[in-house]
Amino acid sequence: MDILRKEKKLFKLEDQLKELDDEKAIKSIKSKIEDYKQNMLKDLTAWDRVLLARHNKRPSTRDVIQGVFDDFIELHGDRNYGDDKAIIAGIANFNGQPVTIIGQQKGKTTEENIETNFAMPHPEGYRKALRLMKQADKFDRPIITLIDTPGAYPGIGAESRGQAEAIARNLYDMSAFGVPVIAIILGEGGSGGALAIGLANQVYMLENSIYSILSPEGYASILWKDASKAKEAAEVMKLTSYDLEEMGIIEGIIKEPLGGAHHNPDKTFEAISKTIQKSLESFYNRSSYEITTARYTKFRKIGFFQRFNYENLKGVVK
Amino acid sequence: MRHDLLKSAFEKQKKFKSNLRTFREKPLQTSKTPDVPKGLYDKCTECGKTFMTKDMIADKFVCPSCGNHFRLRAIDRLNITIDPLSFLEKGLGYITLDPLFIEGYEQKIATLKKETKMDEAYIYGYAQIKGLPLVIGVMDSHFMMGSMGSVVGEKVTKSIEYAMVKRLPLVMFIASGGARMQEGIFSLMQMGKTAGALRKLHDQGLLFVSVLTHPTTGGVTASFASLGDIILSEPKALIGFAGPRVIKQTIKQELPEGFQRAEFLLEKGMIDKVVHRHQMRDTLHTILKMHEKGS
Repeated sequence: MDILRKEKKLFKLEDQLKELDDEKAIKSIKSKIEDYKQNMLKDLTAWDRVLLARHNKRPSTRDVIQGVFDDFIELHGDRNYGDDKAIIAGIANFNGQPVTIIGQQKGKTTEENIETNFAMPHPEGYRKALRLMKQADKFDRPIITLIDTPGAYPGIGAESRGQAEAIARNLYDMSAFGVPVIAIILGEGGSGGALAIGLANQVYMLENSIYSILSPEGYASILWKDASKAKEAAEVMKLTSYDLEEMGIIEGIIKEPLGGAHHNPDKTFEAISKTIQKSLESFYNRSSYEITTARYTKFRKIGFFQRFNYENLKGVVK
Repeated sequence: MRHDLLKSAFEKQKKFKSNLRTFREKPLQTSKTPDVPKGLYDKCTECGKTFMTKDMIADKFVCPSCGNHFRLRAIDRLNITIDPLSFLEKGLGYITLDPLFIEGYEQKIATLKKETKMDEAYIYGYAQIKGLPLVIGVMDSHFMMGSMGSVVGEKVTKSIEYAMVKRLPLVMFIASGGARMQEGIFSLMQMGKTAGALRKLHDQGLLFVSVLTHPTTGGVTASFASLGDIILSEPKALIGFAGPRVIKQTIKQELPEGFQRAEFLLEKGMIDKVVHRHQMRDTLHTILKMHEKGS
């Protein structure tokens, strides 16, 4: 039974709770719900986490911005082609400190999703992000990116306007910013579309979010020529927060409340806020050179391979 | 006894015949795989005309009748581009591992190593073009479609760093299907790594020429391939972020003629110049000459 079906059962219990008046019955059902929530999250498979990461009730980027930051002013456009609604960007205060926020916006309904293109940005979205990140670098504001995208949009317009170049340019310039960049993966972190705003000093993931080279569906169709094997693909891809922390790709995991982020958004925002605060504090009194170098060395080191050491052969082979 | 002997002889003959048939069928298969096939005569995969393999190789692996550029092995690319005997390979001894335990991945790498006589899909080193020194890197699409895993990402970064140490211009011939799926998130992170290294190269004021050849797609296009100071391309090379099949599936429309080809990208302003393979060496030489220190 996957997590969504389990959740339906939970919602049924919660509906029952609303109809009841008797105090004793309420208490018993409440404890039942607690138990159920705890059991529900036991032994989550990778696929369950994929489903949770894509959950349509999951707090979106806009929700997180409202919940965590103050005085958010959204800024629009790449000054070149247009404004991509798949990427929200702007400036805000975080505990009194001005920061720049960049994030991909998923909708909760079909109409919203059509407007934001299912959080799949076009090149102009990435160029807007880059413009505002450069602005942040100029005014010495930390950059906080909120990642939630299945990937960059594959379409005729996107290709004609240089999707690949836009992503590459983001990576190129992000690696040289002198201000701290903190990335938080809220839901799906899909391929280059996520990395294009995710080249950060510190990357954090919500417990039930995913970060991968491709969607499990795409992965299965490439490796096994069968998109319906997405479930199996999710298991081998090592895309959960726990796997990625173990591999040293991310800095930390932000715990979600029982049942997932959408069961208690306020608690989720609080956890995110705490993480950002702690992360920002670690950059106090660090020079911009140190920050840039730390980011570069972090990515420079990532790789899983061996190198044959010729030094060992000295004296053996002549 | 004698009957058995006859029978076995007959069977041997049958086997030989069937072998002969597969042997005869082989040249036909070349039209399916866009590769340079072996043999005295070959057929072009584009125009279908026959030519002598010898002539085609002498013509820098270009179809004599229609000018189709065949996919090159890294060693052939070096042979037609740089001065003879000037190549000094660097970055040897990398061993590809299997971080996600994908079935058959290690085996595939092992067979490809034997077939292509390469460590991985990318080689780099010191070379000269008409006497001008440079660092050259070549990707080979015959090795897992030239996809970028940990080793390719590391070697690309190393080649950039080598160019920085030697203070030489860097030229890269790119042919890749994108990030390597079998290595998962590690492949994705190579995009950030290579782009960051190029930024350092840029800060040091060194030249990077990227030559996009057929095919250049995915995570490679979205990282170091698109970041050249000068971006050249071979005619009709497929260049893009998403593959045509993925785009077709997403938008559920037919793609326009020539979409994602080098000429299309030139028109859209994404690349600097489309250069025929015959002129590549001269063009690179001219560019390098102009960027020579002190000139």
